[in-house]
Order: sequence, then structure tokens, then C-alpha cells
Amino acid sequence: MKLYLKYDINKIFRKILEEQLDKIGVHYKINRLGEVEFNNSLSSQTIKELTTLLSIYGIDIINDHKSEIVQRIKDAITEMINDSSIERQFKTSTYLSESLGYSYTYLSNIFSESTYTSIESFVILKRIDRAKSLILENRLTLTEVAYTLGYSSVAHLSGQFKKTTGLTPTSFQRIIKERNKELNTL
Amino acid sequence: MNLDALKVVLVDDDEDDRLLFKDAIEELDINTNLLLFSNGQEFMDYISLSGQPLPHLVFLDLNMPVKNGIQCLSEIRNTTNLKDVSVAIYSTSSSEKDIEQTFIKGANIYINKPNDFSKLKKAIREVLKLNWQYHTSNLNRDNFILSI
Repeated sequence: MKLYLKYDINKIFRKILEEQLDKIGVHYKINRLGEVEFNNSLSSQTIKELTTLLSIYGIDIINDHKSEIVQRIKDAITEMINDSSIERQFKTSTYLSESLGYSYTYLSNIFSESTYTSIESFVILKRIDRAKSLILENRLTLTEVAYTLGYSSVAHLSGQFKKTTGLTPTSFQRIIKERNKELNTL
Repeated sequence: MNLDALKVVLVDDDEDDRLLFKDAIEELDINTNLLLFSNGQEFMDYISLSGQPLPHLVFLDLNMPVKNGIQCLSEIRNTTNLKDVSVAIYSTSSSEKDIEQTFIKGANIYINKPNDFSKLKKAIREVLKLNWQYHTSNLNRDNFILSI
């Protein structure tokens, strides 16, 4: 006996893609076949995981060398900001070129070409982002936050905070508190 | 790497201001797609049509007829699928109280309308660049606040 099957290859592909994407637990949108959009950028760890999951079905992620390098630079910077011992030990440029295995000039050119910003500005942005979380956690004083993030003084932190956000750390804290109150009453 | 165009919306009832903003954004070295609306209601009507691509960033004037900036901001923040859209308030007021109020109501950015063209360009550029980072890097969007 023989059975004859009819199938829609696009439907199969979409279904497989959805199942695997659901496994890594991120928000995504399948734009058209062959393109997936994510709300937030994925870490290289997640991309690796997804690559493995899809490879079983013979689906490959088309890698763009430049965007991969940019993502790795961002990941390395995040790690550096979260682990103050790295920052005390190395200069950003040395740390990045050693952990990625490319010269800093090369990395810095690729980064600026692809992100509208420089590595230096990104480091500041990332550090202020961490400062915001620490300030909102309310466990540390501003002096301790400054020390944790490697600033030479509170004035230095406040200055950079103001330059990056337009606000002082204290008004930032007040605004977010008020906003959360407002949102909770909705 | 090809940078995707940033989808930007400006809601402002003043025609001169809209034209000035359009000129400024077109002169920047950033790839953008700009849509213009003359009040909050027009924008909300447009965005609630299904299947519209969501903008990355919405600039809202505060004083507008029919539906003003604050009302529009509250509606955006109360609409689930718009919660990832960044909102920039674009206003002539520089009062601390106005600025704080808009942040508390959920705005991400406050721009005090500059009175000269090159300053306007500079301000828009800074906002677009920063917003781009929030869309492409793992930064905490809940804490995204900028006042210029």
C-alpha cells in the first residue's frame, strides 16, 4: 500500500522556526520566511543555542561578520561593566582586543560604522545604565555606586550621569519612583 | 552592515515646526523614515489600524488641539503593543515641573525646542542615536530617560 502526501514547505518551515524560537524564550516576530525580528538584541550565547537547535533541520543562520563582531564587543563590554575586577585590571582597549582577538583599531572602526556611536560612548552608556539600576535598588549610597563602577568620585559619576541623561542621579531616582507609583495605580 | 531605517513620527500642530523638523532630520547622516501628524488623535487613529509597522520613536508636541501631547502619551503607555515605542516630548516649555511630569507619565525623552536650526539638528541626532542603542543593545528600557 502507498499513501500519497501533499505538503506545504513554507508552513513546515514556519512551524519548525516557531517551535525552536519558543524554546529559547524570547519575543520574536517572523517577518517573512527567512527573516526573524527580535525586540531586544540576542546575546551570542542565545544565538549559539539557536544555531544548534536549527541545525538539526538543516537551517543555518546567515552570519554577517560585522554584526557578529559588534554583538561580541557589546557582550564583552557588558561583562566588563558587571565585573568591576576586569575594569580595575585592564584598559578597555586592551581588554576588548585580548578577549576578541582583533586589534582595537579594527574593532573600533567596525563598531563606529555599524552603530552610530563609538566604543567609548557605548561604555559610558552601559556604565550609566548599570548606575541607574544600582541607584534604583537603593541598597548602595551614591558614593558606593561610584566606587563599584570605578569612578574616582561621586562628582565624576554625577557629572557623567547628568551628561548622559540630562538629570541628576537624585532627580532620576525621584522620577522613576513617582512613575512606578503612577503605573501601579493604573 | 546595513543599518535599517529608523521609523520616526512627529506629532505637532504647527506647520512651520513640522517642516523645520523634517528638514533637520533629512540633513542627518542617519537613515530615517519620517511620518508627520498634526494632532494626537490623527496619530492614534493611524496607529490603531492593524498591521501598521510600529515606529521606533514618536516625538510629541505638548500643546495641540483635539488631543494634546500628554493625553496622547497616556494612551500610548496604556496600549500594550505600543509599550516598546519610545516617546519624546518636544515642547517649548522648559519648566522643571513640566519636564518631570512628562517623565512620570512615561515619556523617555524631553526636548526643549531649540530656537536655532543647527541646535535642533544636534538635539535630534543625539536622541536618534541614543534611541538606536536602546533598540539594538541590552539596555534597560524602563530606565530610559533623557532631557535635553
